[in-house]
Amino acid sequence: MLQVLDLRQSFLTIIETLGLPSSTGILLWAVFPILAFVISAFLGVLVVVWLERKISAGVQQRIGPEYAGPLGFLQPVADGVKLLVKEDIIPAKSDSILFTLGPAIVVIPVFLAYTIVPFGEHLIVANLQIGIFFWIAISSVAPIGLFMAGYGSNNKYSFLGGLRAVAQSISYELPLALCVLAICLLSDDLSTISIVEKQNTFGLLSWNFWKQPVGFLAFLISALAECERLPFDLPEAEEELVAGYQTEYTGMKFALFYVGSYVNLILSSLFVTILYLGGWGLPIPIEVIFSTLNIPANLPQIQLLAAFIGILVTLFKTFLLVFLAILTRWTLPRVRIDQLLDLGWKFLLPISLGNLLLTSSLKLLFS
Amino acid sequence: MLETKTDPMVVSMGPHHPSMHGVLRLIVTLDGENVIDCEPVLGYLHRGMEKIAENRSVVQYLPYVTRWDYLATMFTEAITVNAPEKLANIEVPKRASYIRMVMLELSRIASHLLWLGPFMADIGAQTPFFYIFREREMVYDLFESATGMRMMHNYFRVGGVATDLPYGWVEKALQFCDYFETKVDEYEQLITRNPIFLKRVKGIGTISRSEAISWGLSGPMLRGSSIAWDLRKLDQYESYGDLDWSIAYESSGDCLARYLVRITEMRESTKIIRQALQMIPGGPYENLEARRLYYGKTSSWNDFDYQYIGKKPSPTLKIPNNEHYVRVEAPKGELGVYLLGNDNLFPWRFKIRAPGFINLQILPYLVQGMKLADIMTILGSVDLIMGECDR
Repeated sequence: MLQVLDLRQSFLTIIETLGLPSSTGILLWAVFPILAFVISAFLGVLVVVWLERKISAGVQQRIGPEYAGPLGFLQPVADGVKLLVKEDIIPAKSDSILFTLGPAIVVIPVFLAYTIVPFGEHLIVANLQIGIFFWIAISSVAPIGLFMAGYGSNNKYSFLGGLRAVAQSISYELPLALCVLAICLLSDDLSTISIVEKQNTFGLLSWNFWKQPVGFLAFLISALAECERLPFDLPEAEEELVAGYQTEYTGMKFALFYVGSYVNLILSSLFVTILYLGGWGLPIPIEVIFSTLNIPANLPQIQLLAAFIGILVTLFKTFLLVFLAILTRWTLPRVRIDQLLDLGWKFLLPISLGNLLLTSSLKLLFS
Repeated sequence: MLETKTDPMVVSMGPHHPSMHGVLRLIVTLDGENVIDCEPVLGYLHRGMEKIAENRSVVQYLPYVTRWDYLATMFTEAITVNAPEKLANIEVPKRASYIRMVMLELSRIASHLLWLGPFMADIGAQTPFFYIFREREMVYDLFESATGMRMMHNYFRVGGVATDLPYGWVEKALQFCDYFETKVDEYEQLITRNPIFLKRVKGIGTISRSEAISWGLSGPMLRGSSIAWDLRKLDQYESYGDLDWSIAYESSGDCLARYLVRITEMRESTKIIRQALQMIPGGPYENLEARRLYYGKTSSWNDFDYQYIGKKPSPTLKIPNNEHYVRVEAPKGELGVYLLGNDNLFPWRFKIRAPGFINLQILPYLVQGMKLADIMTILGSVDLIMGECDR
């Protein structure tokens, strides 16, 4: 078992060498990881927006953003700045409290869920006892925000969009939770850290992907639906509802929805990585690589390297899934609302339930 | 007992809505996601095209007509020219007739392409829009090199066409045919068997054979309901009778059938273009005007069959004191003109029968009881151009 550097202790010693009392250090440490995660999440959004534009351009035989920065990399930044300085309009006959609260309630849970995402054995903001179910619980709050936004806008398209958002999240949260439950049964724990560690005993072969192929597919589809991305983007279906619940929004409030949806996409991909693709683990366990290369695993530099590789591997797997989601978005047509609900209730729910039943009975049989 | 029934919601879709194909407005009554009723409101693009025709000679009026159906521009020109031609019994030289056919079929391809893209976008797939534009650009390049304009060409003239094909055009058009056939295959590979696409279009907006007839539908709307009715075969206008091609039709009558009809029609159009270019009289590669000038007055190129330069019939052609109805098979359906002349330069009445306008009638009947998202699918499959509906 690798021991990664104790970041907290080294941070505190740095603070103390600067001549500040250790209590200030502890206080700063409380803010530091959260800040780091918010910033990295925002950076992730910029990257994904750029990727989305470039990949869609590739699919559609266009060039895509080109002039803002090298390869148009600064285009999302330009978009963000534009949205930031835009006038904030609250429609005259809307419910201004609900209208303003909506985007915030959509975004906050997504960012909160980041706290339980592990990038390495000790690279996690909060290793909670309820672990993965914190995400399930907190992500159910977002639809309330969507509904608030849709209802508060006093617009028929927004209202229909809000209703669709609620119907969609309710029907896809169940299979999602059931898939997660099966994973928890397999790893005897709810903590995201131990879920990943259980998968890293034999490298590639012990990833949950092999043990739960049905669950993997069901989770992937439900996660895509939870993110409201194209085959399932009914709440904001442009051709039907103009922009759904976002119709009346401009400026920063619109940007919050935008950021929220992309952060949610990264988050869902991260959770697929954690639950099914072995998180930070390489296809061949890193301990095996170190011992065959005769590298002493307990040197601080090596540990730093291992932690770094862990982050890279997690991000690689995540962005592979993000790429898949983007490719899907620009390839497939949209399903209809009744087909969406049929898929959720009549297909995904039964198969994820069956998957759970099978997993638990096998678990009982072999343990 | 809890009351769960809510009042129906009335949504005014359009005239500015992303999928209203211009400026159509639908007053939709919704019960949740179900459509109870739908009432189309037209006229936002009305420019008085029929009235304008009443104080214009044919040549003066021709630049206006491409604004009816701005995606199948050659057809609007064809009907505007055909109407006085037929009324005054003006014969069209063979070569001009072949050039017209090639242009019409290219225009049909362009129109069907720009149907396919928005139709797929209505269902939610954005990408085909960019693919079809790739091919449509080539059609428009061909138009540009032959007529000087990409969309509003003003190419047809009474008794012929404005100019001959430029040198090398025939070869380029043949190359386009070869290229385009593979691209139609590509569309089919991408779209036709996609399960989500099939789920969205199969059994949606089904029109039975008798309904299609009694609603007065025409074009792919009619041919999607197992009626092989194509005016190119029935009326044999221009020189369509010389060529070997078949009418595309399907029997199921739903949106999928109309999609398949249009895809097959694109293939058939390519076939027609290829044959017409190979059979075009006067030699496919020649610019006959140059040759006529070279040989002087005695040239055989001055014979009737090569007098396709349209400026020859007088621009002050008087429309005889008669009336009749002329029609062509436009991509959207039967495009007709009811022309009343009274021995004057200007028509006394110029009634336009726009296929989109007639085909739109069935929309409320089709969407009743369907889902909200089906409105877009059905509306897309009607293939609607508001410029032509409102005129």
